[in-house]
Amino acid sequence: MVKRDVVGAHYGLRDWLAQRATAVVMLVYTLLLLLALVMLPKFDYWHWKALWSLPLMQYSTLLFMAALLFHAWVGVRNIFMDYIKLPGLRLMLYVLVIFALIAYGAWSVQILWG
Amino acid sequence: MTSTVARKRPKYLNLMQIRLPVPGIISIMHRVSGAVLFLMIPLLLWLFQSSVQSAETFQLFRSVVTHPLMKLLLLGLLWGYLHHLLAGVRHLFLDLHIGIELEAARRSSLIVLIGGIVLTLAVGVALW
Repeated sequence: MVKRDVVGAHYGLRDWLAQRATAVVMLVYTLLLLLALVMLPKFDYWHWKALWSLPLMQYSTLLFMAALLFHAWVGVRNIFMDYIKLPGLRLMLYVLVIFALIAYGAWSVQILWG
Repeated sequence: MTSTVARKRPKYLNLMQIRLPVPGIISIMHRVSGAVLFLMIPLLLWLFQSSVQSAETFQLFRSVVTHPLMKLLLLGLLWGYLHHLLAGVRHLFLDLHIGIELEAARRSSLIVLIGGIVLTLAVGVALW
């Protein structure tokens, strides 16, 4: 008799933890952004532009985007795992989502420092 | 002798017949809001880009976000974001074994459901 152990893909615990860590990053950022919006003296282009020229806003938004994109990857992958039964189609959707997320990340950098 | 033939039990897999408890309702809302937010990332990035790129694109941004239909969509996305956030915080508490009893879990899910709507209205009114 062949002794076989049931093993997983070994990313379950890592992703479970990452989903929570990225969520906390986004929660803190959300509070920071709310504070920044409340403290904005006037909503016109020049005040708005000045806010987004602050390195604090630029780098915290970059961190937020990194957290968001990984969080979105884990979430969307889980949804596909539940509903898309065909392995080939699921794989294709994974690749599309990964490319989209990388593009969104690059786009965010361009917006923040463009 | 009693019959051992298994009684055919009703299986309510019909979504229209299932009565989900509140924790189940906020759970599926967590998933749906996450999926919708993911799909709307490009729109939100485009709006953000327009708002900071130049004074001209800022005017475009203003006219787009003040359109009634766009306001409605953005209010819906705000609700999705806040619901997802609150349901996520509830998850963190459950992970710490806080509020895992049935009664407490039902109560916290009701707080998430109502809190999401109330916060959306509060932030929505403050923004517009």
